[in-house]
Amino acid sequence: MKKIIETQGLTRTFGAFTAVDAISFDVYEGEIFGFLGANGAGKTTAMKMLSGLLAPSGGSATVVGFDVKTQSEDIKKQIGYMSQRFSLYEDLTVLENIHLFGSIYGLKKAELAQKAEVLLEQLEFTDQRNTLVGDLPLGWKQKLSFSVAMLHEPRLVFLDEPTGGVDPITRRQFWEMIYAAAHKGATVFVTTHYMDEAEYCDRVSIMVDGKIAALDTPHNLKRQFNAPDMNDVFLQLAATSVARAGF
Amino acid sequence: MNTFLAFVIKEFRHVLRDRRSLIVVIGMPIIMLLLYGFALSNEVKNSRIAILDTSRDDVTRTLTERLDASRYFTVVQHIDRPEEADALFRQGKVRAVVVFQPMFQQTLLHTNAASVQILADASDTNTGNTVAFYISNVLRAYQNELLDQQKLPYHINVETQMAYNPQLKSAFNFVPGVMVLILILLCSMLTAVAIVKEKEMGTMELILVSPVRPWMMIVAKALPFLVVGLLNVAVILIMAYTILGLPLRGSLLLLIAECGLFVLLALSLGLFISTRTNSQQVALFISLVGLMLPSLVFSGFMFPLENMPKPLQVVSNIVPTKYFFSILKSVMIKGLGFSYVWKETLIMATMTLVLMLLAIRSFKIRLQ
Amino acid sequence: MITVQNISKTYNKGAVKALDNINLEIQRGELFGLIGPDGAGKTTLFRILATLLVPDQGTATVNGADVVRDYKAIRRTIGYMPGRFSLYPDLTILENLEFYAAVFGTTIAENYAQIKPIYSQIEPFKHRRAGQLSGGMKQKLALSCALVHQPDVLLLDEPTTGVDPVSRQEFWDMLQLLQKTGLTIVVSTPYMDEADRCDRIGLIQKGKMMSVNTPQGITSGYQPDLYAVRSSNMYQLITDLRQLDGISTCYAFGEDAHVSVASNSGLNAPAMEAFLKQKAHNNIQITPIAASIEDCFIELMR
Repeated sequence: MKKIIETQGLTRTFGAFTAVDAISFDVYEGEIFGFLGANGAGKTTAMKMLSGLLAPSGGSATVVGFDVKTQSEDIKKQIGYMSQRFSLYEDLTVLENIHLFGSIYGLKKAELAQKAEVLLEQLEFTDQRNTLVGDLPLGWKQKLSFSVAMLHEPRLVFLDEPTGGVDPITRRQFWEMIYAAAHKGATVFVTTHYMDEAEYCDRVSIMVDGKIAALDTPHNLKRQFNAPDMNDVFLQLAATSVARAGF
Repeated sequence: MNTFLAFVIKEFRHVLRDRRSLIVVIGMPIIMLLLYGFALSNEVKNSRIAILDTSRDDVTRTLTERLDASRYFTVVQHIDRPEEADALFRQGKVRAVVVFQPMFQQTLLHTNAASVQILADASDTNTGNTVAFYISNVLRAYQNELLDQQKLPYHINVETQMAYNPQLKSAFNFVPGVMVLILILLCSMLTAVAIVKEKEMGTMELILVSPVRPWMMIVAKALPFLVVGLLNVAVILIMAYTILGLPLRGSLLLLIAECGLFVLLALSLGLFISTRTNSQQVALFISLVGLMLPSLVFSGFMFPLENMPKPLQVVSNIVPTKYFFSILKSVMIKGLGFSYVWKETLIMATMTLVLMLLAIRSFKIRLQ
Repeated sequence: MITVQNISKTYNKGAVKALDNINLEIQRGELFGLIGPDGAGKTTLFRILATLLVPDQGTATVNGADVVRDYKAIRRTIGYMPGRFSLYPDLTILENLEFYAAVFGTTIAENYAQIKPIYSQIEPFKHRRAGQLSGGMKQKLALSCALVHQPDVLLLDEPTTGVDPVSRQEFWDMLQLLQKTGLTIVVSTPYMDEADRCDRIGLIQKGKMMSVNTPQGITSGYQPDLYAVRSSNMYQLITDLRQLDGISTCYAFGEDAHVSVASNSGLNAPAMEAFLKQKAHNNIQITPIAASIEDCFIELMR
């Protein structure tokens, strides 16, 4: 299988504090990769380095074939990014947001118009095209946000806690969208606090104190830790954290 | 009362820990006044003046030498008749003409008083003012020396005449004007963001769910800024006196008390704005833009109020800076006592009280 | 301890209906969970109970006091923790706590026993500024501040949102400890798996209270037959099952797909297995299961 993310001893320090401590792992093309860890374990920092937003202080990483240190601008063109905090402009309508982000990623006008229609159709949003994004329920916003992040058909998409606070049905519809994207060949790199969602991933890594403490398929992890579900795996691993002792 | 004290302590901590803002707040008036002072002394350096001296005695010669020796003036010409002054002004050859009365020394010795007239070119108001002011300072310094040497008080009457702008009344308009403006803008801005900041940060939600009374919160917010405001007053007064050469003629205690009252007034105004707005941006905008213009226009230091149309004069009555500007001039420059400014003081005190009550009343006990 | 009668609340002059005729009773000493996604109306209900908002319709009381008329009395008896961190980031742990004690006319020393189980965990860092604390420590500080005046009722609005599973577990352990001291605790959460930690729960969605009961009461009231279905390809499994007549819902639940079937539909496990084999699925497992709170929530949402 082809590697789409390769990291070797990737490290980031903030002063005396090491947020990400020499992590090495690979993500393969087309897989759904779950990136888990407790608050403060270093997930967000690692994700920022991989998406070219933050320079590493040590080690190396290539994402979609580009070096994160020197070619972060090329990376940004090839990936999609969606987080709970930054998604869409609330004071623009659904269609305006689609057009805006489509243009940012350099889609041609005709192509964009056609893609926008397909997108609205798939989301069953055709009646909502002129609704302000701020007026949509959270779950709808997140679905729209994901579709917009996939608009330029990136080979790799980073999702940072995309389903936090979303209702149970919409949460699952969201995951079905992730499956569909992976089915078409996109690689999905996702963080979540819902442990049932960890089970939906092809492979899962769990970070503890800036290091990757475990990485395997959910099935193998549960066997390895003799745990009934991923929640238990997570709890067992997080309990080993040194940093937590101070909490 | 313990609750109130806790609130006051908390507010002082907020102010003291926000070092960057504190530096800006203390430093801004210093920089503004320094800029003004620097521009001022630059402008009048080596101003050319002419002397009309028919007396030609020891005293007038000494005074002329003193003026010439000062770094501000160069005596370029002696003239014989007042009519010549006009021509000099028109040609722009001098900025002022100093006219000694005939038989100056004799008059001074016999009657203990003699007159000097300063004719200044006031087509550029500020420069005219400053030049005249500096000339009278040199004359006054000499007079003080005479006082030290002799038992009898000699008095040199200085009469200033502004050519081209004769109705201009005071030479000390600008510095008190800048003081008024700095104090009202700075102090109202400080409190305008204070309460609305807690709304924005979400800390207000917890405060509201406690038994805190609105007055406690509002008064506690004002206290640290009253200290900051008084510190500003001290800095401004010291700078005005030392660097900008403004006199402090009246009672210093009265002056400080009036400044304190005005700071309190500005703080109350800011608090009122803060209780009525929902974002720091809006609060800042209102206190800056909303106060700057009326304070500039209606306090009387840029445009004489007497010349304004009646309706505008009426409007000026609700602008607090008008009263403070008048008090400042009376106490600082004219050296008048409380009996001359009690009316303005009463109006300012009433305004403060009303604004404070309005702020407390418009404090919302729930979220919108 | 808390009564809510026919409460409705709209925003933007009626354009947004946040709460729609809510009725609720919470007993003294109860640990009550209000469970629903973002935008369900949880925060609005909390703010009404905390006297921060006035309802458009209906009445509510806390400890016998009306939330509108007797708001001052309520503000003395409740401890409130808003969804957003609401303490002063430029003050230290100790200064924040001291301030909130003084606001209620008391001191830390007088109430040390009450806050000790939580406060002792962050006390070693008491001179650290609140803005520099980790999420878990901020949470503990906020809870300490809410407890420092010995309230009768704790209102905690989404204390565990965005918090990792370990910290969430710790937090619920603390709440159960506090409940033993006689406190009435109302907690809201978007995480359905936290329901089992409560004595009773209310399921809320789009401003409507869908169900109020014990967690067991809610799950045992689940009507359809429920199966956990598994095969090698989850995405294909869900897509295929949805085409089968007689299936009402089919959603992924961890490793399994949960399939609900109306009892009278005649569809059973062997029939499903036959269908899946025909669709070329491998490693098929079909197990009848009892419903979880999340299954119930999905059923109620339909």
